[in-house]
Amino acid sequence: MLASRAGLAYLPDMSIWRYANPAEFMRLTSHLLAPLWVAAGALMAVALGWGLFATPDDYQQGSTVKILFIHVPAAMLAINTYAVMALASVIGLIRRHHVSFLVAKAAAPVGAAFTAVALITGAVWGQPMWGTWWVWDARLTAVLVMFFFYLGYIALWETVEDTEKAYDLSAVVCLVGVVFAFLSRYAVNFWATLHQGASLSLAEGQRMDDAFRLPLYLSMAAFYALFAALLVMRARTEIRRRRARALRLEAVPA
Amino acid sequence: MSRPALSALLARDIRLALRLGGGGAIAVAFFVLAVVLIPLGVGREPQTLARIAAGVIWISALLAVLLSLDRLFQADHEDGTLEQLMLAPVALEQVVLAKALAHWLTTGLPMTVVAPLLGLMLQLPAAALPALTAALALGTPALSLLGAVGAAVTVGVRRGGLLLSILVLPLYIPTLIFGARAAENAVLALDPWPALGLTAALTLFAAAFAPFAAAFALRINAR
Repeated sequence: MLASRAGLAYLPDMSIWRYANPAEFMRLTSHLLAPLWVAAGALMAVALGWGLFATPDDYQQGSTVKILFIHVPAAMLAINTYAVMALASVIGLIRRHHVSFLVAKAAAPVGAAFTAVALITGAVWGQPMWGTWWVWDARLTAVLVMFFFYLGYIALWETVEDTEKAYDLSAVVCLVGVVFAFLSRYAVNFWATLHQGASLSLAEGQRMDDAFRLPLYLSMAAFYALFAALLVMRARTEIRRRRARALRLEAVPA
Repeated sequence: MSRPALSALLARDIRLALRLGGGGAIAVAFFVLAVVLIPLGVGREPQTLARIAAGVIWISALLAVLLSLDRLFQADHEDGTLEQLMLAPVALEQVVLAKALAHWLTTGLPMTVVAPLLGLMLQLPAAALPALTAALALGTPALSLLGAVGAAVTVGVRRGGLLLSILVLPLYIPTLIFGARAAENAVLALDPWPALGLTAALTLFAAAFAPFAAAFALRINAR
């Protein structure tokens, strides 16, 4: 009994929720930010250096294949950033933490940028490979739809003036968006498979040579580190902006 | 208690939409006009028109519904009716459902009724008209319901109209794909039933979740 009570008393201090306090979050992340940037920079340099310059040309695709070291991680993060936003929104709605909502807000432009990178590198790669910048393939269309969900979410934050309302409304929009991004993904499959029997995208499950796979894993790690660094930096900016706003309101003479 | 209240709300919303300036007839007129503009833009070759008819009708329906969404909550928000509805002893979710139903009865349903006529004008084969009409009948309720979520999110927002469209249009993508595919399959002499079934599934799904999301957003905006 005593032990469990002591355990309970000790728990909040150990808990991850401690960092929902903006001050605690700022203290923790001030130590994290520099290592994250160093890790992102070093990993990116090694991964892209290896991937772009030290891998052999593909026997079919020549050197154009090397864009995959940017395209694939960017596309991964385009999807996973939305998952981060959804998770942060759910936590924000349930536990009413400012930091959670602000993390979701901070993640959105990063995710939109990764989505844009995935779309642009895909087009640049598609031009020599498929002979066209764009095809209405299921995957491409789904990623494009994803981009519009990011835009809607960002536009909501830009438009709603009352911050407290923007927290909850953006969370609703984010969660509805998750459901419909999934639905659109499968709807688009249904639509594209009817129109073009043979998809032009790389066949799934196609074995990739180790010469490509290892630098690809490394560049994925690099992109994740970059994402983490950007997210932490932007979340810190949002928290400071909120604090600055509060100070400004305080300073206004009554 | 609640059923007479909801049918009263339904009757009130329908009456408001049908009155002059209510917007119900205007949305349908916009729908017809948008479809009629297409041959003027893309040319009058019957094969071309027949090929794109289903998609054109669906996209026009989407835009007409989108333009009429501000009718759902905006006027009630401005004159304080929405607050009264929130205080009423009826679940706000039911209020949303009743208002979305009224919206569909005054936009989606009349559009479904005129759609076969527009299909004929766009040279859609007569065999495809039942599939087109059925798809619109099954799919347009989803447009009203999903639109209610967007309208609820943007109800208190200044200059919310543009935001509403960018929030709602991506939500319409699955409905557009399945709905337009049903009629197109009928044109291509393929089986329209899978697409019709999926369209109906989307409407059922929207009916199950949209009232909750919209009511949640309305409560946030009322704070």
